[in-house]
Amino acid sequence: MELINLGIKSIFIENMVFAYFLGMCSFLAVSKKVSTAMGLGAAVIFVLTITVPLSWVLQEYVLKEGALVWLSPTLAEVNLEFLQFITFIATIAATVQLVEMVVEKVSPTLYSSLGIFLPLIAVNCAILGSCLFMVQRDYTFSEAVVFGFSSGIGWWLAIIALAAIRERLKYSNVPAPLRGLGITMILTGLMGIAFMSFMGITL
Amino acid sequence: MAETTIAKVKPSEPLLSKRRKALVNDPLNSNNPITIQVLGICSALAVTTKMEPTFVMAIAVTVVLTASNFIISVIRNLIPTRIRIIVQLAVIATLVAVVDQVLKAYFYDVSKLLSVFVGLIITNCIVMGRLEAYAMGNKPYDSVLDGLGNGLGYAWIILTVAFFRELFGSGAVFGFKVFEAIGISQTGWTGAAFPTNGLMTSPVGAFIILGIIIWVQRYFNKYTEH
Repeated sequence: MELINLGIKSIFIENMVFAYFLGMCSFLAVSKKVSTAMGLGAAVIFVLTITVPLSWVLQEYVLKEGALVWLSPTLAEVNLEFLQFITFIATIAATVQLVEMVVEKVSPTLYSSLGIFLPLIAVNCAILGSCLFMVQRDYTFSEAVVFGFSSGIGWWLAIIALAAIRERLKYSNVPAPLRGLGITMILTGLMGIAFMSFMGITL
Repeated sequence: MAETTIAKVKPSEPLLSKRRKALVNDPLNSNNPITIQVLGICSALAVTTKMEPTFVMAIAVTVVLTASNFIISVIRNLIPTRIRIIVQLAVIATLVAVVDQVLKAYFYDVSKLLSVFVGLIITNCIVMGRLEAYAMGNKPYDSVLDGLGNGLGYAWIILTVAFFRELFGSGAVFGFKVFEAIGISQTGWTGAAFPTNGLMTSPVGAFIILGIIIWVQRYFNKYTEH
């Protein structure tokens, strides 16, 4: 039950895009068409579901103060937390590379439609952000799995919603200087207001 | 790519030639990293509720950007193309770890306030984007100027956003209560202190302000997207 609550919380109430501003760059850049947004969202869900639990394992058994005790009791004093950023980003880059190779082998059509945006997941802040939030909030392993997966779902929902609105927006008469990025920013703000209505829910 | 750009630079070029001034000036307006190149939106918006953390963030990003541009540019001919992303990330992550440790040591309060966002400079697309687009194919000195220009371009946008957000959100600038100082809130209809404006302190305000900044800037630039 706790885990379901955590899932719902990270999809709606603490949505990566609308509550924390994470993953904005690709969110704004790839949301012109629903179909590509869908593919990128799915890739993000996959990478998040793998990297957050993986980072949890690394944090718990390598990085944390005294985490190396399982190797030998003399290492109880060692604290490697200053290596956190490098370790996490290396994990993410490796996973993204793996995903890229798998997608290329399994589904060449999806691979060519995603193009450059697949490797760009490595610098999607939503992913590193989730890993760091996971550490900050002291999640257990099962919580980390649920948190990673549902953060991904939240990001996927957000990008599809924005892409759908932008497809419709093509037929509107937006003032010329506001076209493109400007109106998308304001739109995202308004969507954020809509998502704020979830904040009243306590789980 | 590298050869052609190098060939253009004459050996006797002055330290601050016209082309080099443009490297610093362009990103301030006509090629701004945030409003034109759409880079680094994520961390830019999350920290801009108050002027002080924004100021620290702007300095941190500029330092990381300039330093990583320099390092990558120095070793650009040694990096194998296939693993260049990992090499770039390693350089950026090392610099960010240094900045994070410095902040923790000397500005502990601000570092607590910025929390994960210092770490997120690693994935700030400005840094990675400039490395890919500029430092990989240009000389170290030019890359430093490019990094500096883009860092400053990023800085003035986020400082503007933070100025409006802090002013209208909590009625202050750098923690100084502006509206109370000029006596508006005392003589106002409520007589109370400036009420916190939730719209501006929440993420939403940042989006709307940035949207309007882009609107104003593009109105003067005559730049339109299709």
